[in-house]
Amino acid sequence: MAPGIPHACLTLLKRDLLLAVRRRNEVINPILFFIVVVSLFPMGISPERGLLQALAPGVIWVAALLATLLSLESMFRSDFEDGALEQMLLSPYPVTFLVHAKVLAHWLVTGLPLLLIAPLLGVLMALPEQAMGTLLATLALGTPVLSLVGAIGVALTVGLRRGGALLSLLVLPLYIPVLIFGANAVDASAANLPIAGQLYILGALLLFAVTLAPIATAAALKISTG
Amino acid sequence: MWRFFHKLASPRYFYDIAGHLIPWLGGLFAVLLIVGLYGGLVLAPADYQQGDSFRIIYIHVPSAWMSLFIYVVMAGAGAIGLIWRIKLADVVAASSAPIGASFTFLALVTGSLWGKPMWGTWWVWDARLTSELILLFLYLGVIGLYGAIEDKRSASRAAAVLALVGVVNIPIIHYSVEWWNTLHQGPTVTKLDAPSIHISMLLPLLAMALAFMFYYATALLLRARCEVLERERHAAWTQELAKQWEHQ
Repeated sequence: MAPGIPHACLTLLKRDLLLAVRRRNEVINPILFFIVVVSLFPMGISPERGLLQALAPGVIWVAALLATLLSLESMFRSDFEDGALEQMLLSPYPVTFLVHAKVLAHWLVTGLPLLLIAPLLGVLMALPEQAMGTLLATLALGTPVLSLVGAIGVALTVGLRRGGALLSLLVLPLYIPVLIFGANAVDASAANLPIAGQLYILGALLLFAVTLAPIATAAALKISTG
Repeated sequence: MWRFFHKLASPRYFYDIAGHLIPWLGGLFAVLLIVGLYGGLVLAPADYQQGDSFRIIYIHVPSAWMSLFIYVVMAGAGAIGLIWRIKLADVVAASSAPIGASFTFLALVTGSLWGKPMWGTWWVWDARLTSELILLFLYLGVIGLYGAIEDKRSASRAAAVLALVGVVNIPIIHYSVEWWNTLHQGPTVTKLDAPSIHISMLLPLLAMALAFMFYYATALLLRARCEVLERERHAAWTQELAKQWEHQ
């Protein structure tokens, strides 16, 4: 008898993390991108603290969105090219659960580092200290949604040779709610306003995405691999 | 009854029936368009606040309605195509996308034209304008995906998944944007108990809405007929049609 679903997911997770460790450059690039993009804004607009402070939540969040977008391709691309993806789809395990494992691996490798770097960028953007915790909380709730929803887009475009530009068109509009509530919560806490509502909604979006996005991803993967 | 639907779902019969329907639908569209435009531009009184510029609602509001309606039709047809593998549903979804995107674009342009005299600017980041813009992005994503995948069958199925994801997301996007910023005037027609629009202004609007609906039906069938021919170009019945046309 084949080992159970949890075992299969754990194996897949370990494999993806191991692959990520072996290909460190690919993992680090989106994070460097995140830092560079944010540090461009003071140079492009103004180093004035008040202005930076007002822009900080939006800029950091948009940069996080773009960094995630940049890293999405790695989720399925190489597996598609070497045939591992097809093997996963042929395995006796439900694809939805395998997708969960893959998305979790992706988030651990790209979302979590964004979270760790974010306070540094907050300092660069003159974000008030009381908003730092909120920035982390919103990123912690929001970046998994980005990985989950992004997975649908990658799964749809993985079979295409030049899917990159199309991927951004497919995925970015779907990221808008996360951006709105994430940036707004940080903004509100910088102004010492309550932020519970925004965090609840981000949490709800996360639960919603965890439940439904892998189903759509699994369907899309089956279509893309024919 | 069921036999009729089964027949309709076969591309060949659809091609015939659609061919017969198009003139009627197109005719109804033309009549309603003339009635609606005459009622809206000539008969309806000018607004006491907005003057004559309110008349753009006769294009703007029906376009905005259609933009949402067509997205739902597209996603519904896509789901039917995904689940029951009905070829014709794929065709309907594929043909709807460009029409819906055009209506969305029209709603945005007319809204912007109206915004200039009313709000004093071509564009404001108002909630409804923004969600309409995002809807346009969603349409463009679906159209882009159709264009990018060569095999028509898998293009349809991929676009259907995307459209369904979009349908789930539209309410979320709409309410998050609404909460984010709103300046748009509230709905004036859908308050059923007491619409805040006078009947002489409302009737032309409804006529225009119906006219747009018939336009959609006409354009959809025209596009779908083309699409059917293209997808079925190797089938026996299309070859036969081609021979008939050659003889004529």
